[in-house]
Amino acid sequence: MSLPVAPKPALRRFHQASWDEPIIFELSTPGERGVLVTGLEAGVRDAVGDVVGDLPAGLRRAVPPALPEMGQMRVLKHYLRLSQENLGADFNVDIGQGTCTMKYAPKVNDQLVGTPALTAMHPLQDPADAQGVLEIVWNTERMIAEISGMDEVSLHTQGGSAAIWSNIAMIRAYHEANGEGEQRREVITTIFSHPSNAAAAKAAGYDVITLYPDADGYPDLDALKRALSPRTAAIMVTNPEDTGIYNPAIKEWVDAAHGVGALASYDQANANGILGITRARDAGFDVCHFNLHKTFGTPHGCGGPGAGANGVSAALAPFLPGPRVVREGGADGSASSARFVVREPGEQSIGAVAPFFGVVPNIVRAYAWMMALGADGLRAVAEIAVLNNNYLLKKVLEIPGASAPYATGRRRIEQVRYSWQELFEETGVTSEEIGVRASDFGMHYWTSHHPYVVPQPFTLEPTESYSMAELDEYAAVLAEIAREAREDAETVRTAPHRQTVHHTHHDDLDDPERWAITWRAYQRKYFGIPADSTEAAA
Amino acid sequence: MLGLIVNPVAGIGGPAGLAGSDGADVQARASQRGGASRAAERALTALAVVASARPGIRVLTVAGPMGEDVVREAGLEPVLVAHPPVHTTGSDTSAAARALADAGASLVLFAGGDGTARDVAEGLASVGRVAPDEGGRVSRPVHGEGLDTLAGARYSTGGVAGGLDMTLRAYSTDGVAAIGIPAGVKMYSPVFAVSPRAAGGIAAAWLVDGSLPLIEREVLDVDEAALRRARVEPQLYGTLAVPYRPGRTQARKAATPADEFAAVRAAARGAASALRPGVRYLLGPGGTMSELARELGVSKTPLGVDVVLDGRRVLADASERELLDEAARGPAQAVVTVIGGQGFLLGRGNQQLSARVLGALGDDPLLVVAPEQKLIDLGGRPLLVDTGDADVDAALAGFVRVITGQRTTSIYPVHAPEHEGEGHAP
Ligand SMILES: Cc1ncc(COP(=O)(O)O)c(C=O)c1O
Repeated sequence: MSLPVAPKPALRRFHQASWDEPIIFELSTPGERGVLVTGLEAGVRDAVGDVVGDLPAGLRRAVPPALPEMGQMRVLKHYLRLSQENLGADFNVDIGQGTCTMKYAPKVNDQLVGTPALTAMHPLQDPADAQGVLEIVWNTERMIAEISGMDEVSLHTQGGSAAIWSNIAMIRAYHEANGEGEQRREVITTIFSHPSNAAAAKAAGYDVITLYPDADGYPDLDALKRALSPRTAAIMVTNPEDTGIYNPAIKEWVDAAHGVGALASYDQANANGILGITRARDAGFDVCHFNLHKTFGTPHGCGGPGAGANGVSAALAPFLPGPRVVREGGADGSASSARFVVREPGEQSIGAVAPFFGVVPNIVRAYAWMMALGADGLRAVAEIAVLNNNYLLKKVLEIPGASAPYATGRRRIEQVRYSWQELFEETGVTSEEIGVRASDFGMHYWTSHHPYVVPQPFTLEPTESYSMAELDEYAAVLAEIAREAREDAETVRTAPHRQTVHHTHHDDLDDPERWAITWRAYQRKYFGIPADSTEAAA
Repeated sequence: MLGLIVNPVAGIGGPAGLAGSDGADVQARASQRGGASRAAERALTALAVVASARPGIRVLTVAGPMGEDVVREAGLEPVLVAHPPVHTTGSDTSAAARALADAGASLVLFAGGDGTARDVAEGLASVGRVAPDEGGRVSRPVHGEGLDTLAGARYSTGGVAGGLDMTLRAYSTDGVAAIGIPAGVKMYSPVFAVSPRAAGGIAAAWLVDGSLPLIEREVLDVDEAALRRARVEPQLYGTLAVPYRPGRTQARKAATPADEFAAVRAAARGAASALRPGVRYLLGPGGTMSELARELGVSKTPLGVDVVLDGRRVLADASERELLDEAARGPAQAVVTVIGGQGFLLGRGNQQLSARVLGALGDDPLLVVAPEQKLIDLGGRPLLVDTGDADVDAALAGFVRVITGQRTTSIYPVHAPEHEGEGHAP
């Protein structure tokens, strides 16, 4: 006889933990301590003298910092509670955070970077004592060079946008070195390329020209030809674009740019669908970048530190950012005679855009990830990511009210920017509201970068990590919310109902008078409590 | 207090296949063809939301089918401010709007289409609406996710999408605001809520929270007779102060969305820095052009073409003849934005900038200025020119560079539909 088991419902009865936890500063009890440190022994005091007194006056505090005073157990509970009020990557089907490549970042790699062999290292350590780490950095560079087809790679930058900035800074330096800095004042991008490209170009002082898709939803080659001129410094494009649409004429784009003496820069942050299938250099690109914290299996954004990789053709190599790890010797083919050193940026380099030679923990994670997969494995990642995406595309398009504008009827690469416009017109429920409601089912959901070119957008990127059952579950959640929008719109509009997080008001985030990103700023702006004179204003 | 106006014949022409419901003969033809207005039903849906938030409240309205009947049906208490005749017309709507304002309505909810919006705007204009608060905070984004109104054309039953040239000023919140319950055939004006329920929700929030932020929205209407002949010419008839619910979001990866006003201002600034000395600029109509004039420190007629030279306005509301004279005096360029919901650069609402004028402006006759969102709102359709001259149109067709901000432009396709036999009728 077997026990009757209630079938698991198709949709999870999720409920977020809610602790109404105060801010840690509000939990402070004067005099309470977590650890009582024993007093200094006389012998020690005599030996080291007045350490604090030796600090420069400007670095010494006049009054102690206003830290919360708490026992250990209360600190522990506080942070555990906060950690439960969370929809982290390890809890939910995270595919709703499209363009972020929310794949599984293997825990074993976290353990690797958590060992003292790495945590005890310091970037200023004598390279003679850090050969192993430096070798990993150098090997990772070579692997990225192979994946992109580029001649040289720098792992110096700490994120995708920093790497994109480096791309345009290198291009600027290149044109200046050729005496064309004054002449080439324009950068061309597309409306569906990641906005960091336009932003970086603008920040580098360029006029930015944006192109719209053609009638079929592909980047418009005729528009590009109209925009190109001797004033063009570069084209800066993403491919596949944020819509998941791959520009099949990419080679012609690059050739057209080269035809007017411009360079071609490739944002490969979202390379997950093309790993081992196409290479930037093979299409003629001069510079490209990857986000190790996306494609290469290291945690992303708020989920962990970023790490960028810039790849360039030989002509651009002198301009790469640094310091960089380079290999010396070993030319005789014997690995034993090779030495790895940290080289400061050279004369023509755009220099440092961050301290040191790279985000080592992420580089090690990416290295471990690539080594575990091997070349065939990397290609399999892309193939499964594309398969997952097109499976999900079919499931989502079965939901009444959902559509995938542009290049209608075609397959996408690794992600899709969908639209709820039809549902919105029918029910008045917006994509943002659907996103908030999705959190009631324990699912993350994201709309799109601004501006919303696709109306009522949402962007899903299933990556290779998610199973068919998980993709089905996610699609079922969307279908359920679409049904609610029709039959019970108020439930969607007033969501979340099973979440800790309530609504955030745009206005408070957009107004410098009102935003408060620190406790002190909050106290000052909302309660008129002046900032402690010893603390920097937030 | 809440005021309600129902246009009892709104939308009657839609199902009957007529391009609108304006005019007694059209209404008669529509009812012959079995047309019926859904305005009352839609107003009732909106009021039901109000009634559940504020059961039994009093609503200022008009006797009979122009409001009273619906208010009663929703279980609310009508307070009558006007008694129109049996066969009502647009002037009854205007008079009712005025009477509601006089009786102390702070928000006028109206069920109808663009024609109704026009009449409401006219009625409220005569009592002096909310005053622009030039120094005040700028309102929240219109294309933001939290806004419950919709650029009218997207919603239009005619299937014509479009970005509208909106004048955006911040408003103080006292005075009379208005919001439309979508119930007409044409709804090009972005003054309608996305659905009757959404309109009711905004009205309920207005009553419960005391007030909501307002944004000035354009009231546009097309000549229905022309529409029935498959020509669309949206005209600007005025503005209404429309309340909206501030945006809200839970997760955000993107940067702060530039709000609509800031986007228009950025485009205008970009254009201002592109102007060169010694060139006569023929500034077309529209909110973006008004903002450009503000950047330049000159005044601007909202619907006319004004000529600016070296930071001074040398001619206001110029005729085609006058523009030709100006063009003859030296280098000149027309500066235009996207007019109406259909993406017209020329030939709609700015006919003074005729083929002859364009022809007189030389090789580079046009400077186009628009916030990016206006291009986005075209939903992939091209910009359009229709100067009435095949050669001039052909010269303009292809791609145009649109100034969208400081040091930012977009390349966008331009078609000349009149000469490609490409209809653009709904
Ligand atoms: C295509 C693309 N490029 C660039 C970036 C920016 O990367 P990061 O977030 O590390 O600055 C992203 C990330 O969202 C992206 O999706």
